[in-house]
Amino acid sequence: MSLGGDVGLRVQDVTVELGGRRVLDEVRFELPAGTLTGLIGSNGAGKTTLMRVILGQLSPTRGAVLLPDVAGHRAVGYVPQKFLLDPDMPVRGRDLVALGLDGHRLGFPLPNRERRRRVAEILRAVGAEAVADERVGRLSGGEQQRILIAHALVSRPRLLLLDEPLANLDLRSAREVVDLLARVAREQRVAVLISAHEMNALLPAMDRVIYLADGRAACGTAEEVVRPDVLSRLYGHRVEVIRVGGRVLVIAGDSDDAEPSHPHHHDGAF
Amino acid sequence: MFSGTMPDAWIVGTMVAVVGGAIGFFVVLRGAAFAAHAIPSGSFAGAAGATLVGVSTLLGLGLFAVLGAFGIAGLSHRGRRDVGTALALVLLLGLGALFVSLSAEPASSIFALLFGEVLAVGRGELLPTAALTAVCLAALATLWRPLLLASALPEAVVGARAVTLDLAFLLLVALATTMTVPVVGTTLIFSVLVAPAATARSLAGTPGRALSLSVITALAIVWSATALAYLTEWPIGFFVGSLGAAAFLAARLGTSPARAGGSRRGSRSSAAQS
Repeated sequence: MSLGGDVGLRVQDVTVELGGRRVLDEVRFELPAGTLTGLIGSNGAGKTTLMRVILGQLSPTRGAVLLPDVAGHRAVGYVPQKFLLDPDMPVRGRDLVALGLDGHRLGFPLPNRERRRRVAEILRAVGAEAVADERVGRLSGGEQQRILIAHALVSRPRLLLLDEPLANLDLRSAREVVDLLARVAREQRVAVLISAHEMNALLPAMDRVIYLADGRAACGTAEEVVRPDVLSRLYGHRVEVIRVGGRVLVIAGDSDDAEPSHPHHHDGAF
Repeated sequence: MFSGTMPDAWIVGTMVAVVGGAIGFFVVLRGAAFAAHAIPSGSFAGAAGATLVGVSTLLGLGLFAVLGAFGIAGLSHRGRRDVGTALALVLLLGLGALFVSLSAEPASSIFALLFGEVLAVGRGELLPTAALTAVCLAALATLWRPLLLASALPEAVVGARAVTLDLAFLLLVALATTMTVPVVGTTLIFSVLVAPAATARSLAGTPGRALSLSVITALAIVWSATALAYLTEWPIGFFVGSLGAAAFLAARLGTSPARAGGSRRGSRSSAAQS
């Protein structure tokens, strides 16, 4: 089965059990094309497992992941959290992006105007054309990330996954990357899913949020999901949501079943 | 020096340089210099074994080089690459020690295996070397894009595909080893499999240019070494080794000031604004 139309991804009641532990518990959501969604949760909430299931690296115990059926190119673009680019490597950003287009094909590439045009177009779209002819390993972290986003997008996927793309960026760079991804989602008609343990940098730009806690998920807009009643149900004990100056704080509330050693202030502003 | 058996030496040397320079591009890109040392060194055991049982040296070299490639891929699967490589190397070297001690071969032929003997390359080795060259270059051209991606951004190529590409690369090194060892010897293979590519990537910033420059550098090293070995009657290994190291050092010294230079600043700030 596959998806058509305006859906980038459908996750249907996915349950994953690893070593007898339920890592994901009937997670279901849908990502419309052209939207930016945050996959929010603390360490161990199941973010990485869910990413691996979507990428096809892990089969769910129950449930299914549906991706658009796109002839001729990959439907999923992926930007890993950790990557190491050798500074002395004789490879430009432009070369790496071109490999995103046809790096899986055999044979020596012949000069191709269409290929060059598409690479230049996507480099412009992510604002990396000025550094595209440098050795990619010598670019800054933010510049390398733009190149990797272009690498993932160049084959026109319908879904773009980014694993903790903001983890090693300062606040300003993080905002730039989020703005870029929101623009890319609209312009390229791609569903963008960003995993993060901190949602505040994403709040101004994200259309929807998938909040993961202990393998369970709540999905919707930030207003619908980041609420005390919804998150309390998700965590299984009372949780308070405090909004201060456009930022959101999720903390464990005073309750009998909230363990004192188990605080839920994921949102960084503590 | 262009008469008698010498033309054969030039032809074989040229083929070795082209293959070494080309495969070397990936050896350096993947940081696989240790594997590129271990496979040729391990294949020495195969040559010694072939002499012992009386079959072609090239066959023994090839068999053990391929065994080495599988050994490294198998032993370092899900583990540390350097440990797996070292383990494969000592296993093969141990066998080599046994074969040499059992063999009645004079020490001079062992010496030739270790340090190469391009000037003694015979007409009979011309055809197999040419065939191996063709196979190596065809395989390299076929695997160019997947191998380039898997080497430059290993995080983008995972699972079975990464394992297959790694094995394919090691087998390419094994093929290159089989044809290179008789010429420059097992211990000095570095000079064609690592030094030209390492030199090239200091000077050239794109994959295509680095590959071409690597082949050109390897040709320059092997041709100069062949001529010098003929003129001085010193071993060719001495010349390929020292010329390779000299080329690498010269390229490093020649490019190091540019690295700290300010030419990058302009483009960096313009990117930050976009």
